[in-house]
Amino acid sequence: MSALDLVVTAVDDSVPDVRSVTLARPDGGTLPSFTPGSHIVVQCGDVANAYSLTSDSVQPTSYQISVLKQPDGSGGSVWIHGLTVGDAVSVLPPRSAFAPILRARKHLLVAAGIGVTPMISHLRSAKQWGRDVELLYVHKPGRGAHLDDIAELADNARLFTTRADFLAELPDTLATQPFGTHLYICGPTTFIDDVVAAAEAHGWPPSRIHFERFGIGALDPGEPFTVKLADTGTTIAVDSGVSLLEALEAAGHDIPNLCRQGVCGECRLTVTSGEILHRDMYLTDADKAAGDAIMACVSRAACPELELKL
Amino acid sequence: MTASLVSAPDLLANFPFPFPTDQYRYTTNVEPARGPVPTPTGVWGERIIDIDSEYEHELALRERILERDPSRYAVLPHMRVAAWDAMLTLMGEMAKAYPDTMSLTRTGDTWHWRNGRLDLSADFVLGDESALPMEPLAYIGSQVQDDIVLLDQRDGDLFGDAGVVTFAADWSFGFDVGMTFLEIHGPVPRLRETGVITRAREFLMRLQPGEIYRRTNWTLTIGRRLDVSTELYHEWGRDRAMIQTVSDDEFGRLVHLRVELQHLVRLCESGAICFLIRTYMLPFVDLATVPEWRARAAAVLEELPDDIANYKGIISYRDRAVDWLKNAA
Repeated sequence: MSALDLVVTAVDDSVPDVRSVTLARPDGGTLPSFTPGSHIVVQCGDVANAYSLTSDSVQPTSYQISVLKQPDGSGGSVWIHGLTVGDAVSVLPPRSAFAPILRARKHLLVAAGIGVTPMISHLRSAKQWGRDVELLYVHKPGRGAHLDDIAELADNARLFTTRADFLAELPDTLATQPFGTHLYICGPTTFIDDVVAAAEAHGWPPSRIHFERFGIGALDPGEPFTVKLADTGTTIAVDSGVSLLEALEAAGHDIPNLCRQGVCGECRLTVTSGEILHRDMYLTDADKAAGDAIMACVSRAACPELELKL
Repeated sequence: MTASLVSAPDLLANFPFPFPTDQYRYTTNVEPARGPVPTPTGVWGERIIDIDSEYEHELALRERILERDPSRYAVLPHMRVAAWDAMLTLMGEMAKAYPDTMSLTRTGDTWHWRNGRLDLSADFVLGDESALPMEPLAYIGSQVQDDIVLLDQRDGDLFGDAGVVTFAADWSFGFDVGMTFLEIHGPVPRLRETGVITRAREFLMRLQPGEIYRRTNWTLTIGRRLDVSTELYHEWGRDRAMIQTVSDDEFGRLVHLRVELQHLVRLCESGAICFLIRTYMLPFVDLATVPEWRARAAAVLEELPDDIANYKGIISYRDRAVDWLKNAA
């Protein structure tokens, strides 16, 4: 997958702490089309972060992303907030992990904070193709992102400025959707967990619930564990706050990787024994259930020791 | 040598000969698309949509087949976006491959398509069916030699929910519409046991927007008959007995190596997979003009296990085909 070398053509800081960046080819040429809900992985100095695309998806001439400044994050968002028009930015082509379901009767989109970004391309696509869509968006007062887009694209949007107001309306919303509705959730981890729990309590099957965690703060640091390498018998400690990928690299192992956020699939490793705590977006549910593969960048052990075959 | 060919010269020059070794088995033989493959006669594989000297003839044939049997075309209601997506994507590929005669440009929301080879053009806005003379999948299907199947991905599986298939090699698109990828391939021997088909499905489900892969498949067909669909078995099935009674001369002219060059395209807007099946046919008499191909095809057919030969419908004349190729040296 070859990177696209783009330049910043516009920045928009009109929402506090949120920067929208427009990227284009230096020659203004067409960029790869993308599926609604897709993200690009942006090389932000030393770190690579995934950000949802919010712009037109069909043979576009620019990409737009919106990034919340997270001063205590890994540095990617701060790097984005330091960009100015004309700066060069390297991105990997769009990847789809949060796509609409063609056969869905309706899409119910539920977002919090900067988690609204993947919903914008869903709304665009729904308007283009006449799909039934409803948006619930909760944001802090004065900090709603893409409100203009939402006003233009969604006839059926409800905005909330407190979590309590949102939670008061959620049960009735979940209880009254037509059969065949698919639920899409993006926001902080606790928000996703709350909405998923509410949906399950209302009898929503897992296959109708889709959520996206990345871009919303870091995963929790996790419990420490050890890995044993099946070939050599060597044991490596993985501390809390250190990823399996980082621990293997520190021990001198060269593991292919790209996004380091559980999205791209490059750092997949074979597990020969031990229970896995899957935290990636790449492996399918069936892969995860099989329990013989782990995405080393984000996932961890659910037991004291994992055995790997490198 | 060329003067004695049954086929037009370009059909030999661009023939995608499918056997890399002397043994054929079902494998998940996918590779990235667009790489040109040089052969003893020329090259194939440079473009996604390939147009050759049979273009007008095959499109006319498709039109007649669709008139006679509308079940060769289907778009389940939820596949409307995928049909538009496929049309736009294939137009883009054609414009890239044949810039002298084809173009796809855009002014605001309006797209302009020109197919100079067929002397037709259209201006349209995505999602507005009224601007096209027919539905988008039918429209693009009337301008490519490929059969097209659109696969919807949902619930961890792939479903053949739309398509235009007039040149099926002993299968029925109308029967298969709405089936899963594994159900569609259910009759093929060995695929389940060897894991080939589940691996192929997993691979397809991971294709990212804009990625295009390809593979080949093959069989033998008697006569240059593109439509050997199950629907018409009563017309062509008897040829398998007939072929055993013809002269050697006629055998070489009638028996064709039939190769499907299949492209697998992840469509961007819909997320559906566009499965293109482009069928190439070369009579043995033309195949045998290339010594490497003649020897390789003889070796593959001779070694082919009975269950695969039976599934391909060639077991009754396989031995004669091997003898014919060996004696053509």
